[in-house]
Amino acid sequence: MIKKEMIAMLLAGGQGSRLGVLTSHVAKPAVAFGGKYRIIDFPLSNCINSGVDTVGVLTQYQPLRLNTHIGIGIPWDLDRNIGGVTVLPPYEKSGNSEWYTGTANAIYQNIEYIDNYNPDYVLILSGDHIYKMDYEVMLDFHKSNNADITIAAMPVPIEEASRFGVVITDEKNRITEFEEKPEKPRSNLASMGIYIFSWPVLREALIRMKDEPGCDFGKHIIPYCHGRGDRVFAYEYNGYWKDVGTLASYWEANMELIDIIPVFNLYEEFWRIYTKSDILPPQYISADSHVERCIIGEGTEVYGNVYNSVIGSGVVIEKGAEIRDSIIMQGCVIGEGTRVNKAIIAENVKVGTGSQIGVGEYAPSKLNPKVYSFDLVTIGENSSIPGGVIIGKNTAIAGLTEAEDYPEGHLASGEYIIKAGGTR
Amino acid sequence: MRAIGIILAGGNNKRMRELSHKRAIAAMPVAGSYRSIDFALSNMSNSHIQKVAVFTQYNSRSLNEHLSSSKWWDFGRKQGGLFVFTPTITAENSNWYMGTADALYQNLNFLKSSHEPYVVIAAGDGVYKLDYNKVLEYHIEKKADITVVCKEMAQSENLERFGLIKTNDDGRIIEFEEKPMVATSSLASTGIYIIRRRQLIELVERCAQEDRYDFVNDILIRYKNLKRIYAYRMEGYWSNISTVDAYFKTNMDFLKPEVRDYFFKQYPDVYSKVDDNPPAKYNPGALVRNSLVSSGCIINGQVENSVLFKKAYIGNNCVVKNSIILNDIYIGDNTYIENCIVESRDTIRANTNHVGEPGNIKIVIEKNDRYVL
Repeated sequence: MIKKEMIAMLLAGGQGSRLGVLTSHVAKPAVAFGGKYRIIDFPLSNCINSGVDTVGVLTQYQPLRLNTHIGIGIPWDLDRNIGGVTVLPPYEKSGNSEWYTGTANAIYQNIEYIDNYNPDYVLILSGDHIYKMDYEVMLDFHKSNNADITIAAMPVPIEEASRFGVVITDEKNRITEFEEKPEKPRSNLASMGIYIFSWPVLREALIRMKDEPGCDFGKHIIPYCHGRGDRVFAYEYNGYWKDVGTLASYWEANMELIDIIPVFNLYEEFWRIYTKSDILPPQYISADSHVERCIIGEGTEVYGNVYNSVIGSGVVIEKGAEIRDSIIMQGCVIGEGTRVNKAIIAENVKVGTGSQIGVGEYAPSKLNPKVYSFDLVTIGENSSIPGGVIIGKNTAIAGLTEAEDYPEGHLASGEYIIKAGGTR
Repeated sequence: MRAIGIILAGGNNKRMRELSHKRAIAAMPVAGSYRSIDFALSNMSNSHIQKVAVFTQYNSRSLNEHLSSSKWWDFGRKQGGLFVFTPTITAENSNWYMGTADALYQNLNFLKSSHEPYVVIAAGDGVYKLDYNKVLEYHIEKKADITVVCKEMAQSENLERFGLIKTNDDGRIIEFEEKPMVATSSLASTGIYIIRRRQLIELVERCAQEDRYDFVNDILIRYKNLKRIYAYRMEGYWSNISTVDAYFKTNMDFLKPEVRDYFFKQYPDVYSKVDDNPPAKYNPGALVRNSLVSSGCIINGQVENSVLFKKAYIGNNCVVKNSIILNDIYIGDNTYIENCIVESRDTIRANTNHVGEPGNIKIVIEKNDRYVL
């Protein structure tokens, strides 16, 4: 008989549209992070480090990269005889086939998967947070409170609490009220989107709410359970946790890794973060380079200067190029003499020689001011940028661009170029 | 491929000096992220050999740890796999491997129970890329009994440490001298052989009957006039790391763009165990010039013309020049290191100086406890 005390369901199907061109071809959890990792590595590593060895990954939007990254789960030791990692895309049914319409709906459509493992508890995770957390401690908390639902929550500055869903608790940590993005928050405990449910409670709620359009944990399931009097508790978490859902927070979280002793430290022996890494050779720094305040992935070759940046693996930074305050993901080539300032350059981008990226003054975005509202240059994966062009701040570029796409060799701040094609 | 693989990884020698205390040569870290045996293992995997045995004997803990999973080289298969054979006491035998031929004899069952017609024997201390299929084609074409892979060495090399070979025009070996006093040829044996499996079983059994134990002396040299032993000349980079100087030079070769390109960028890849270290980190004060830096390193000081292996920590104000820093080294602040090999898993105190000379590399072993916060 198969029996797992707790299994995890990892929601990785969302596009993450606020990451703009970074997620036009990949799901957000598959976006590279920290010079070597992908965002989904953090919850997956947390699972195995917490002793959760059965993880269902719910995919929907652009799953190719996620599928190849996860494989059969070898990097996380999630290749198991029983359990391990299973990728769960939406599937056709004999009647009433549908996409995953909401977070809870996705779980509802996979009740059978969960039932297979006969768990007592189900851990609901999302694939877009950077943190290290021991879910086993949270489970102990859940059990000792005899809870039906436990929600991980972290204290945030009260002035920022209005951006979050906050929970109001009694002295025993039992949640009495929820407020979604309140104007005047009465608590500073923000929900982190991490839940432990006792499986019978969740199962019953999912079936009861199955006809709710776009059935969502925060909007439907938890209010429903709370409303009927289930014991809902807040588990206070005080470590590092970052939602990398916007370009600014994604950039910041990467830059925080560079600090001399980062708050979120990848170099600790305890609680390792695992990832699928295929490039092994060491990196090479040439005789006339200068590299300072950086983290750099394996196999990268630096012939230019790099300051205050996060560089992925297998990148080539050619002679005389200068990179500052930027994120450059794996497989990029930055041509000779090109200067890059405050940019996020996604995977396999080729930049020609003598270009300047991220110059001038900030201007509001003409593409989507909700997404692009920082002075970052964002370049989508597999793009190419010709040599000798000047690119302003708060710009977005995707696809194979040529010199003609830049009027007088210049892309003004706030402008964008979205073209077809890719370097591979 | 129609062959099984055998890697002879048992040995060590005095010319590795203190570096040999810790491990067999085949487990020596090479080029920042690899171990010596990875090259032979990757070549076997890339030549589609499915069944590989590694013979170990000398201090094999480090090697066993490296080989704890066969998945890195893609040997975790139902058909074939990776086998590690250390000497064992049996009813008939309670000796260590007394030589390479004896090691083969003690594992004769492995040879007998395989069904592939050929055996590729390789040493664990070579750094090279080679498609053994090409050697096998040559072996078949020449109707050879044994083929020895050879490499034309530069005259500047210390040739006396190799087995040196002379051939006739057809490539058949007519002279073979093991570590001669005076080199009369610059064609060196690389310790890579191809031989028909049944032939090998026969030769090894005969050796055992005659109390002979060494593959080179008692098979290759002894049989060279009786059997058709051919030399296959390999192209491309080949280096044997079994002296301190050769080990140092081989690592430094990876600072050359053409060597990196050949091993790291050209097909096929070299595989190694994945260590899950974070990317390398360069803090304020870091100044790195012409160096290889591996994953998990944290650099606060100056590094020049050096190879840093995984998880090296270089303190503030340090200077590391023309040196090799092996895995998991912590170097305290203000330390000066030049022309050294720093042995792995050590902690070097702050404010110390270690200076060797070119051609007389210093091996640094301090064996300090690491201060753990």
